[in-house]
Amino acid sequence: MDYFAQQLINGLVLGSIYGLIAIGYTMVYGIVGMINFAHGDVFMIGGFIALITFLILISLGLTAIPVILLVVLLVSMAITALYGWTIERIAYRPLRHSFRLAPMLSAIGMSFVLTNYSQIAQGARVKPIPPLITGGYTLHESADGFVIRLSNVQIVVVITTIVLLAIFTWLVSRTRLGRDMRACEQDQTMAALLGVDVDRTISMTFVIGAALAAVAGLMYLLYYGLVDFFMGFVAGIKAFTAAVLGGIGSLPGAMLGGLAIGLIETMWSAYFSVEYKDVAAFSILIVVLIFMPTGLLGRPEVEKV
Amino acid sequence: MTPIPHKTTNASRTAGIPALLKTAFVNALIALVLFSLMIGIRTEAGSDGQLTYWTRFGDLASIVAAVFGGSIVIDLLRQWIGPTGAEKLVPPAVHSGLSFIGRYLAPALLIFTLLVPVIFYNQRYILDLAILVLTYVMLGWGLNVVVGLAGLLDLGYVAFYAVGAYSYALLATNFGWSFWVCLPLAGILAAFWGVLLGFPVLRLRGDYLAIVTLAFGEIIRLVIINWQDLTGGPNGVSGIPRPSFFGIPLDNSDDGLAAKLGIEYSPTHRIVFLFYLILALALLTNWVTIRLRRLPIGRAWEALREDEVACRALGINTTTTKLTAFATGAMFGGFAGAFFATRQGFISPESFTFQESALVLAIVVLGGMGSQLGVALAALTMIGGFELFRSLEGYRMLVFGMAMVLIMIWRPRGIIGHRAPTVYLTKAQAISSDLVKEGHG
Repeated sequence: MDYFAQQLINGLVLGSIYGLIAIGYTMVYGIVGMINFAHGDVFMIGGFIALITFLILISLGLTAIPVILLVVLLVSMAITALYGWTIERIAYRPLRHSFRLAPMLSAIGMSFVLTNYSQIAQGARVKPIPPLITGGYTLHESADGFVIRLSNVQIVVVITTIVLLAIFTWLVSRTRLGRDMRACEQDQTMAALLGVDVDRTISMTFVIGAALAAVAGLMYLLYYGLVDFFMGFVAGIKAFTAAVLGGIGSLPGAMLGGLAIGLIETMWSAYFSVEYKDVAAFSILIVVLIFMPTGLLGRPEVEKV
Repeated sequence: MTPIPHKTTNASRTAGIPALLKTAFVNALIALVLFSLMIGIRTEAGSDGQLTYWTRFGDLASIVAAVFGGSIVIDLLRQWIGPTGAEKLVPPAVHSGLSFIGRYLAPALLIFTLLVPVIFYNQRYILDLAILVLTYVMLGWGLNVVVGLAGLLDLGYVAFYAVGAYSYALLATNFGWSFWVCLPLAGILAAFWGVLLGFPVLRLRGDYLAIVTLAFGEIIRLVIINWQDLTGGPNGVSGIPRPSFFGIPLDNSDDGLAAKLGIEYSPTHRIVFLFYLILALALLTNWVTIRLRRLPIGRAWEALREDEVACRALGINTTTTKLTAFATGAMFGGFAGAFFATRQGFISPESFTFQESALVLAIVVLGGMGSQLGVALAALTMIGGFELFRSLEGYRMLVFGMAMVLIMIWRPRGIIGHRAPTVYLTKAQAISSDLVKEGHG
C-alpha cells in the first residue's frame, strides 16, 4: 500500500508535466485542426533555455533559489514562446489553406530542424545540473521501514502547474483573447467576419502553448536534473497521447489525460517492467482511439462535408 | 496561359526600401532573441559531471547578420518575381520541353539503371550507392501505395521494413532457410502486421491515423530493442547469410557460381547480383502498383484519397480498401527489409528509427503523391543529396527538415508531379456549393 501511495505521488508529478505539454497540442488542434508535431521539440528547447539561464544566474553569484527559479521561468517562457510564434509564422501560416497533409509534413520537418539545431548548438550529450531544490517531507513510515516521501521538487512542480493552469484558465475564459480563441475554434470565417483577428489569435495560441511547454521543460529539468536534445520526441508523443485521452480540444481533458498517462506510466514501471513503459504508453494511445476516439472529455466530432 | 505582366513602378520600389529595412531589422531582432542562449552560449558536461559553459558571440552575431541580409534578399526577390510565385521563372518553352522529356525519361532511366553494373563495374562505391538508392526507390514505391494512392498518412512504415528484416534474419540464422524461402515469408509476415495495424486505425483519419502509425512504429522498435532473447536487443542480429544465386553460393568455394561458370572469382559478383536483385524487387513493386491501380481495388484507393465521405456514399467498402492498402504497402516494405538484412549481413534496431520513416515519406511526398517516376527521381535526389553532404554529417538532418518545410510551402503537392486519379472525368463539372452544402454544423 505504501509503495502504491509513493508511486501515486510520483505519477501525479510526472503527469502534471505531461499535462502542461498536452495543453499546447490540444489548443492548436482545437483551433487550427492540426497536430503540431514540433511541440515536443519546443518543450525540449524550453528545457535547454532553462538550463542555460540557470548556469548564467549561478555563475553570476545568485544564491536565492526562489529568485533564480522565477527568473529562469520567465526567461524560458519568453524565449520559448517566441520560438512557438516563429514556427507558426514560418512553417504553418503559409499552409493554413493547403491540402491536409501539408501542414503535418511541414511540422515533421520543423521537428527535425529543432532537434538537430539543438544537437548542433548544444551537443549530443546529456546535460545534467546539480539538484537545486533539495529536501522534502516524510509523510508516513511503515513498520518495515518503507517511507513515503514528498520531495520539495515535487511540491514545486505541482504548485507551479496548478498556478499556471489557474492563470491560463482565467486567460481563456475571461479575457478578450480567450474569447477570440473560442470564437476561432467554433468557426474561423465567421469569427473573422465579426472582427476577430484570426491570424493574431492563432499566433497567440502557439505562443501560449509554447510558454506552457517551456514551463514543462523547466519542471522536467528540476525533477530529473537533466536535458538532452532528443527528449522532445518521446515526451511529445506521450503528451499527445494525453491530449487524445482527455479528448482533443478540451483543456481540462488535456490536464486529466496528462495525469492519467503519468500515473499509468509510473504504475507500469513499478509493477511490470520499466523497459516496456513507453510501449504501454503508446499502446494506450491506440486502445483509446479504438474504443473512445473522442477521449474522456471530448465532444463527438461532426463530419463537415 | 499567358503570363500576366507584372507592374512595378519606380515609386513603389523606392517606397519599399525603408519598409524592407524595417522588416529585416525586426527579423534580425527576433533571431537575436531566439538564438541568444542556444547559440550564444554553449554548455558541456565536464569530467566531474559539472556543467561548464563558454560564449560564442561571434557565431551568434554572424547568424543574426545572415538573417538580416537574407531577409532583405528574400524580400527583394519577392518584389522582383511578384506574388504569383516561382512559376514565372520557368518559361513556357522549358515547360513543354520538360513534358517531352517526361515521356521518354522513364524508359531511358530504366535502360540506364540496367546498365549501371556494366558501366561502373569497377567502382564499388557507385554500385553500393546505387543499391542504396534502389532500396529507397523500392521503399518509396511501397509506401506510395499507402500514402500516394490511398491517401493514408503512414508515419510508421519503417516498422514493416523492420519486420521484414528481422523475419529474414531470424529465420535464416535459426533455421538456416534460404533467402528465396524467407523472402515471401518476410513479405507475408509484414503484410500480416500491416493488417494488424490497419484494424485499429480503420476508424481514424488524417492526423490521428498518422500519429497512431507513428506510435505503432515506435512500439515495434521498442519491442525489438527489449525482447533480447529473440532479437538480440540493441546488439542486433549478426551473421545473416548472404543471398545465393538460387542455391548456388556466390563465394570463392568450389561450389560457388564463379567456379561453376569457370570464371575468375571476384567479390564484385555479389554486389552486381544484389544490385539486380533489388532492381527486380523494385520493378516488381512498380509493376504490381501499376496493375493494381487499374483494378477496382486501385480505383477504390484513389477514390479514398480524394474523398473518403464520397467514397463511402458510393458504397465502396472503406474497411477492405484501407486494409488492402496497408497490407500491400507493408508487404513491399517487408521484401525491402529482407533484402536489407541480406545485404548488410547485420541488422540492429538503430536502422529502423522514425527518421527512416520520415525519409521514405519525404521521398513519396517530394516525388509527388502517387507518381511512380516522381518517387524514383526523388529517391535518387534525396539519397544522392545525402551522399553529397556526407561531410556535413551533423547538418544533414537539419537541411533535410528545412527542405521538407520549404517544399511544403512552395509545392505542397510534390515537386516532380502529382498523379491525378487513373479514372477522371475529362470535363470538369461545376456544381454550385448551394446544391451540395448542408446546413453548417
